[in-house]
Amino acid sequence: MSQWEYAPAPESAEIANLKQRYRPFIGGEFVDGSGEPIRTVNPATGEVLAEVGTASESDVDNAVRSARRAYERTWRKLPGAERAKYVFRIARLIQERARELAVLETLDNGKPISQSRDADVPGAAAHFFYHAGWADKLEYAGLGPDPRPLGVAGQVIPWNFPLLMLAWKVAPALATGNTVVLKPAETTPLSALVFAEICLQAELPDGVVNIVPGGDDVGAAVVAHPDVGKVAFTGSTEVGKRIQRSLAGTGKRLTLELGGKAANVVFDDAPLDQAVEGIVNGIFYNQGHVCCAGSRLLVQESIAEELLDRLRARIETLRLGDPLDKNTDIGAINSAEQLARINELVAAGEAEGARRWSSPCPLPERGFFFPPTVFSEVEQSMRIAREEIFGPVLSVLTFRTPTEAVAKANNTRYGLSAGIWTEKGSRILWLAQRMRAGVVWANTFNRFDPAAPFGGYRESGFGREGGRIGLEAYLHV
Amino acid sequence: MSDRVSVAKTYKLYIGGAFPRSESGRTYPVTDTKGRFLANASHASRKDLRDAVAAARAAFPSWSGATAYNRGQVLYRVAELLEGRREQFATEVADAEGVSARKAEAIVDATVDRWVWYAGWTDKVAAVLGAANPVAGPYFSFTVPEPTGVAGVVAPQDSSLLGLVSVLAPVLATGCTAVVVSSAERPLPAVTLSEVLATSDVPGGVVNVLTGKAGELGPWLASHADVDAIDPTGAGPLGQVEIAREAAATVKRVLAVTEDEPDWTARPALTRLRHYLEAKTVWHPMGP
Repeated sequence: MSQWEYAPAPESAEIANLKQRYRPFIGGEFVDGSGEPIRTVNPATGEVLAEVGTASESDVDNAVRSARRAYERTWRKLPGAERAKYVFRIARLIQERARELAVLETLDNGKPISQSRDADVPGAAAHFFYHAGWADKLEYAGLGPDPRPLGVAGQVIPWNFPLLMLAWKVAPALATGNTVVLKPAETTPLSALVFAEICLQAELPDGVVNIVPGGDDVGAAVVAHPDVGKVAFTGSTEVGKRIQRSLAGTGKRLTLELGGKAANVVFDDAPLDQAVEGIVNGIFYNQGHVCCAGSRLLVQESIAEELLDRLRARIETLRLGDPLDKNTDIGAINSAEQLARINELVAAGEAEGARRWSSPCPLPERGFFFPPTVFSEVEQSMRIAREEIFGPVLSVLTFRTPTEAVAKANNTRYGLSAGIWTEKGSRILWLAQRMRAGVVWANTFNRFDPAAPFGGYRESGFGREGGRIGLEAYLHV
Repeated sequence: MSDRVSVAKTYKLYIGGAFPRSESGRTYPVTDTKGRFLANASHASRKDLRDAVAAARAAFPSWSGATAYNRGQVLYRVAELLEGRREQFATEVADAEGVSARKAEAIVDATVDRWVWYAGWTDKVAAVLGAANPVAGPYFSFTVPEPTGVAGVVAPQDSSLLGLVSVLAPVLATGCTAVVVSSAERPLPAVTLSEVLATSDVPGGVVNVLTGKAGELGPWLASHADVDAIDPTGAGPLGQVEIAREAAATVKRVLAVTEDEPDWTARPALTRLRHYLEAKTVWHPMGP
C-alpha cells in the first residue's frame, strides 16, 4: 500500500534568538559567574548552542543575599495585589515571547517543537496566571488565618521540562511573597536565562528572582545555604534523598518531586483505541523523560495480545527525528549520559529475559536518539519493571483480576501517578482509591493544570504543586 | 486504714491488639516525680518495634477503608471510655507529672475534649482539605485527601497523656495506623490508654504502644521501610535530627516540630492532620 509522505515542516531555529553567551542572573542583572563555563548542546545534532557562565559558591551566596535583601526590603512588604500584577506581567510576557521560548526549549532540550509549543510554554504561562491571582487572596486559601511567606526559596529543577518546571516553582513562590534562587539543569539552562530577561522586562524588583546555572555542586550550594528558608527540588529520587538527609535538623522547609514508575492499567472492557493513544502518550511523550510517565503497562490477560498488536502498529507510525519539525512525535534524548542509562537498562531487560520490540523507525545519524521500545513478558522482579528508565521504554505485565491489578500497580517504591482504562465507572473509583499514587488518570493520561495539585506518594516525594493545596509549600500557616 | 494489699498491675506493651511483654524480656523501673517506685515498664526492643509495624500495616487496609462516619464513631467511643476512667488517669497523670490532683483532672478533661475534637474531624477532612479542580479542559479533576499509611509517633516526654493524645488522635482521625513510642519516664498513662483502646471499638493493630527509650527506638522507626510518616516530637533535639536523617532513606514524611514541647492545652492547628494525609488528584474526561 502506498503511503502519504510527510513533507518536512521545520520551524526556524532563528526564532530562538540564540546568543553566543549566556550569564547567571543575580540581583537584577546578568553577571559573570565565577564557575567554570559550560557549553550547552543541541541533543538532536550534538552541536554547541551557546556557552553558559555558571555560578560558584560565592555567586550562590551573592544570589541568596540579593534574594534575602529583596525579600526584606521590597517583596514581602508589597501588598498582595501589587505582587499579583508583577506575576501577571510575567505570564503575559511568556505568552508574548511564546514562539521564541518554544524554539529555544526545543533546541536546548531536544523535545518536539509541537510539545514545547503546545504544552510547555502555554503551561508555563498558565502557572503564572493561576498563581498571580492567589497573591492577594492567600487568607482565603483555607490554610490558616494568617499565611506568611517563608523567605528565600532555593529551587533546583530538572532538564525534562526546563521552562515548565521553572514556572511550577517560581510562580507559587512569588505569589506567596517569597523570593527565589533557582538552579536550572546543567544541560538545559537557556530558557531559564531568557526567563531572567522576562523578569527584567516585567520590571520585577532586583533580586526577587535569581538564576544560577551550573551542575550538582551549584545545586548543593543553593540547598545548603543557611539563608534559604525553603527548598524545592524536582529530580531523581537518589538526589532527593541526599537533599532530605542534608536538610535534617536545619528547620528548612522541603518539598520533593522525584521519580516514578507509574502503572497504566488496561481492563478488557477499555476502549482499546483510546487506551492505545493513552499508552503512547503516557510513555512516549517527551521521549519518556517524564517522572509520571506510564512506564509499566498492566494489561488484562484476555486482551493482552490484541492490545499489544494494536500498540505496536500505532507506535510504528510515530515519527522520530528532528525536534524542530512540526510533524515530529519523538525528539532527541536529552544527553549522551541519559542515552547510556537507557541503553544500560534495556540491555538489562534483554538479559533478564523480557522480550524486546523496538519500532523500526529510522534513527538520525547524529544526535542522541532512541527508538520507542516495548518489553513484553516482563516480570515484576526485573530491573525494567522496578527502576525508572526515563526514556521511551515501556514494560508490559499482565493481570487477571482487579485485585491483582492493584497489587501489581502498588508493587513499587514509587507512587507518583497511575492510569486506569475501563468503561466501568465504579471500577475506576474503586481502583483510583486503592492506587498509591498522587495523580490518577482515568481514561486519559498526562493531564496537567495549575489548578490541579500534583505530587507523589512514597519515594516519589512529598508536597504538592498546584491548586490551593500547593500553596502550603511556600507558606507558614 | 485497711489491711488490704492492693493488686499491682504489670504494665505491658500493646501490639496488634494484644498485651505482650517485650520479647527481649527487658523492663525498667518507673517512678513518680518524687522517686517512689510505681511499676516496671516493658523496655521495648527493635523486634517489638518490627512486630508493631507489621501489626499496624496489617490493620491499615480496614481502618483506612472504613467510612469516615464509622471511624468518627469509633473514636468518639474511645472518648466515652476515657471519660469513664477519668479518676484512674488523673491519678496516673498526677504521679507521672508531679502535678496536683486538680491539675491532673484538668489535664484529663482536656485530653478527653481533645479526643472528641479529633473524632469529629474524620468526616470533614475530605471537605476541608480536598478540592474540585477547575482545570482548563473537558475533564473532571478532583483532589481527595487520603491517609498516608503507617505513622511512627515518638510521643512527648513530658506531657504523658494530653500530649500523647494530641499526637495520636490526628493519626487515627486521618485513617492512618500508629506505632507509638511512649514517654520513657512517664509511660504508665500510655499503657492505660492502650487498655482503653483495646476495650473500645478500635480494631487491634490500629494503635500499637511501645514503652521504652525514644533514643533507642526512634531511629529504627525512622528507617523502617514500612513506616510512611513520622512524628519525632518526643525524641529530643539530637534524636529529632537523627530521625530526620534516617527518614531520608525512604523519603519518609517527617513532621516539623520544635525542640521543646509545645503548649498542649492550646487549640491545635490542622498541621498534624495534614501531615498524615496525601492529596490524590483524579482526572477523567468529560464528554457526551
